[in-house]
Amino acid sequence: MIENVVSIELPVDEKLLIQKNRIEPLEMTGKEKRITIVTGTHGDELEGQFVCYEILRRIRDNMENLHGVVDIFPAFNPLGIDSITRGIPMFDLDMNRTFPGSKEGNLPEYITAQLIEDIVGSDLCVDIHASNIYLREMPQVRMSEITQEKLMPYAKRINVDFVWVHASATVLESTLAHSLNMLGVPTIVVEMGVGMRITREYGYQLVDGIFNVMKEMGIWSGDVLPVRDPIVSQDGAVGFVNAEASGIFVPIAPIWSYVEQGEHIGNILNPLTGHIEHRVVSPCDGTLFTLREYPIVYHGSLIARVLGGVRV
Amino acid sequence: MRKEVFYSLKAPYRDELRIMGYHFGQGEKAACIVGSTRGNEVQQLYVCSQLIKALKELEAHGNIAANKEILVIPSVNHYSMNIGKRFWAVDNTDINRMFPGYNRGETTQRIAAGVFEKAQGYSYGIQFTSFYMPGDFVPHVRMMETGYQNASLANLFGMPYVVIRKPKPIDTTTLNYNWQIWETSAFSVYTKETDLIDGDSARQAVSAVLRFLTRMGIIRYNCHSGYIASVIAEEELTTVHANAGGIYHRLKMPGQETHRGEVIAEILDPYEGIVRSQVISPTDGVIFFSHKKPLVMEHDIVCRIIRRLHE
Repeated sequence: MIENVVSIELPVDEKLLIQKNRIEPLEMTGKEKRITIVTGTHGDELEGQFVCYEILRRIRDNMENLHGVVDIFPAFNPLGIDSITRGIPMFDLDMNRTFPGSKEGNLPEYITAQLIEDIVGSDLCVDIHASNIYLREMPQVRMSEITQEKLMPYAKRINVDFVWVHASATVLESTLAHSLNMLGVPTIVVEMGVGMRITREYGYQLVDGIFNVMKEMGIWSGDVLPVRDPIVSQDGAVGFVNAEASGIFVPIAPIWSYVEQGEHIGNILNPLTGHIEHRVVSPCDGTLFTLREYPIVYHGSLIARVLGGVRV
Repeated sequence: MRKEVFYSLKAPYRDELRIMGYHFGQGEKAACIVGSTRGNEVQQLYVCSQLIKALKELEAHGNIAANKEILVIPSVNHYSMNIGKRFWAVDNTDINRMFPGYNRGETTQRIAAGVFEKAQGYSYGIQFTSFYMPGDFVPHVRMMETGYQNASLANLFGMPYVVIRKPKPIDTTTLNYNWQIWETSAFSVYTKETDLIDGDSARQAVSAVLRFLTRMGIIRYNCHSGYIASVIAEEELTTVHANAGGIYHRLKMPGQETHRGEVIAEILDPYEGIVRSQVISPTDGVIFFSHKKPLVMEHDIVCRIIRRLHE
């Protein structure tokens, strides 16, 4: 059943609607667990669109296997998605910096407060992101040290390639995930793919994982596929590669490949002079799990992240 | 006056980004003043330019105090200003959400680190900045409640209002907040405009800064004593929301007095022109902030009122 969770009147003959699709078992007992799938907080991240579609398709084809409630929000930021805008149009604000919101606050905070109110009560929330238009990410779960005890069991079953546990000091307190975790709703953040694109194989991989988690929770009784055992990494094991020149980045090493310290990852070129401005090398031995997709770089632009010491 | 390019950044095809510092006087680091950090802060750039003009004249007449140095950084993000963007044009990040910066991090973290390295260590830090909500404020001085703030110092600007804001997580990466954490007394000065130049409030801001610098013994400048400010906690302002979307027609301006039950704005049907909703003042007081754009969405904040205050 499609519900309008938020409805706001825009100036001229239009409503801002944030909708969810709630799927319930054929027969309700009143004791069902609830999982909420959220995506589209950033209007340029589209990988979650295919995931939402595919979850709904699989459930609809096998309704007899559903024993819990599944809430799907494909577009937390509908104006952003429909206008290829990362933030909330008209406010130039990152929606994922406005949680938990406030009903007395300005419009973005009012919206996020309503969304939080709707999700509270879920037994698990999966918040799907797709990096941004600049970087490609291998499917991964990100969490903070303080939430890892609660979230790791879900993260290990959701079929991602690795789990990145952040130091508590770097946690952004105004995100959906942090707010929901503080309110008692276990919420895991999945990052995968790249902005403005859909990577079908990542979509299938995550959907298989979500059904696996739903089966563990007693929400799904259908067959599920075996899932990957993810590499778990702490902050200290991740090497960052930033551009040390401005220019055009052309990668050489592919994502999810093993590189040694000093190994050539790519070049920053100067098409006006025909020179290489900077030869980009790996800071450590490990596996490339983030790689720049958008070629224009400035001094400091993130080029890659390397999972130190790990060979896949 | 001594000019220097203290930070520069090469681009693939654009001219270099050069961040300029203007030094007045010599000696202990007395005051640092930062203008526009966002591409639409044209008024903030203008105010700084007028301040540099005034300080240049004061210095020429020997009116900078001995052993005091003032640094003015008029613009940080003119790369965005020159192409009509508010935030860093490549990745839409806000440099004023990147402090104290990180010189091995991403581009805007490196720019913030470059600016902060130059701007820190001064006794007083003053930033001309803007708010994320589109609208007009009464000119005021704003401070973050970090535990290091000093409202009585803010009073020395002689502006009509001093606002104390409880920082939210998002505020902890602003220049103002980090100045305070690094033991600089920090103030943000808000004038009426951002994208447009308002001469009157710009002059008021320049006078307020010169008045403050005089009172702190950094310059010698004779000016009007200004106001004894009303100090307001931001959370005590009464917020008024729009209860419909449409064409916005405001009837009360910032600084004007209003009364409980008074109509302070109307929202018109965008097709038929009839009044769809009236925005009613819930309290007696003075309008502190008012929505300015011609269109409004339902639940937008259209007004903030200082309760039970009279003109």
